[in-house]
Amino acid sequence: MLDVMMNDILGTPAILVGLFAFVGLLIQKKSASTVLSGTLKTIMGFVILGAGAAVLIGSLTHFSKMFDVAFNVQGVIPNNEAIVAAAQTNFGTSTAMIMVFGMVMNLLLARFTPLKYIFLTGHHTLFMACLIAASLSVGGMSGAPLIIVGSILLGICMVVFPAILQPTVRQITGSDDFAVGHFGSIGYYVSAKIGKLFGNKAHSTEAIQVPKSLGFLRDTSVAVSLTMSIFFIIVAMFAGQSYIEKELSGGSNFIVFAIIQAITFAAGVYIILAGVRMLIAEIIPAFKGIADKLVPKAKPALDCPTIFPFAPNAVIIGFLFSFFAGLLSMFALPLIGLKVIVPGLVPHFFTGAAAGVFGNATGGRMGAMAGAFANGLIISFIPAILLIFMGDIGYEGTTFGDSDFGVVGILIINILKLFGAV
Amino acid sequence: MKILVVCGNGLGSSFMMALTVKKALAELGQEADVTHTDLTTATAEQADMYIGAGDIVDQLDDGFRKIVRVVNMMSIPEIKSKLEPLL
Repeated sequence: MLDVMMNDILGTPAILVGLFAFVGLLIQKKSASTVLSGTLKTIMGFVILGAGAAVLIGSLTHFSKMFDVAFNVQGVIPNNEAIVAAAQTNFGTSTAMIMVFGMVMNLLLARFTPLKYIFLTGHHTLFMACLIAASLSVGGMSGAPLIIVGSILLGICMVVFPAILQPTVRQITGSDDFAVGHFGSIGYYVSAKIGKLFGNKAHSTEAIQVPKSLGFLRDTSVAVSLTMSIFFIIVAMFAGQSYIEKELSGGSNFIVFAIIQAITFAAGVYIILAGVRMLIAEIIPAFKGIADKLVPKAKPALDCPTIFPFAPNAVIIGFLFSFFAGLLSMFALPLIGLKVIVPGLVPHFFTGAAAGVFGNATGGRMGAMAGAFANGLIISFIPAILLIFMGDIGYEGTTFGDSDFGVVGILIINILKLFGAV
Repeated sequence: MKILVVCGNGLGSSFMMALTVKKALAELGQEADVTHTDLTTATAEQADMYIGAGDIVDQLDDGFRKIVRVVNMMSIPEIKSKLEPLL
């Protein structure tokens, strides 16, 4: 009986998060039907996450093989959804535990310290929980200590990162109503500092005319299909028709195969996003409800696109300069012996755009351009460095994308190494 | 009435905006089914009203859909003032 409790109920992440949603809904005194449907949907969200991972990893494996044959180096596509979904087999339970107790830590820190931020970007909480679980495990921890240390670290991340951004967020939004809670913070912080150094905030990006035609890239599915198609086709051409048709595609044309694989990748991301959406739909409102009661005057820390409408031109400029830095880095990385990080439109869009908005707030046009460029370098080099430490846990081909994940992971693993845990 | 709140990924900001929209509706004394999603799904989903940041919902504007463009997603007064004439 106990065995079923510990291994099969608490050890199945889907059931575990379902239980958390169940408790959250009960605390909010929801009706029986809402409790039932909310709990079931949360569990289903987790199952969908796994299904999407299977689709995405199939395509990713083909990409890695082709990249390897084409250039004789390993290419890595940073994608939070992919790495987290893939890591659920090994770290599912600890990720779910760290996520929930990390949120409890967040409430405690917001209640008892001056850092009054409630981190409401649920998917990033999930990704960070997974990163912390994986890095502590690489560093040699396991069991209860891993969950306890992990939850404390996650709670700290959830208040400290919004806090370092808040002075600039106040300049951007002209109010102190909300904070930015998104684990690309280090890139945004650097962008704001660079903007201040090199730019002049009197020359705002919002005074220039930017073509509206790039707006379609805000649609994640389109953006992913498009970049992946371009990269897949280029890599397919270098890998060669004969290799692909003989080894991978089962005889179908190599270009057609490349395009279908690229769109399969995008479809995988789409499925995972649908799963994550269902997964966090019940947990975050419960968390917010509890926070509203327990922590008076708390500031919600929200996903980065909340600041996009305050400077729409900086969004486009930021994306372009971040992506440009990503492309340059792709060629620079192998020269210094690191793995090739293939720049993805999605991380460059979201974090590049936000970096552009931060850079614009402190340094106008020049600030937006230089700041977003710096962000692009950060999200290329940091994942490559993280891979040196994480590579041996066996998810080569993909890794965490945004800056804070990389920095936190590198710090955790190296601090544990210092203490000789490895 | 069904209101669809839209952002690029359909995760973070549309989710928060949906909470604000619900609060705004409550203050206006109105009831509606408010859900949030990404841009791709939104193009294929029927709703009575589509709400989001300007550059996002502009892509849904086919001349027939009811579109609401929001600047501050957390501002109940802004959303209230934009919703009221359309209800």
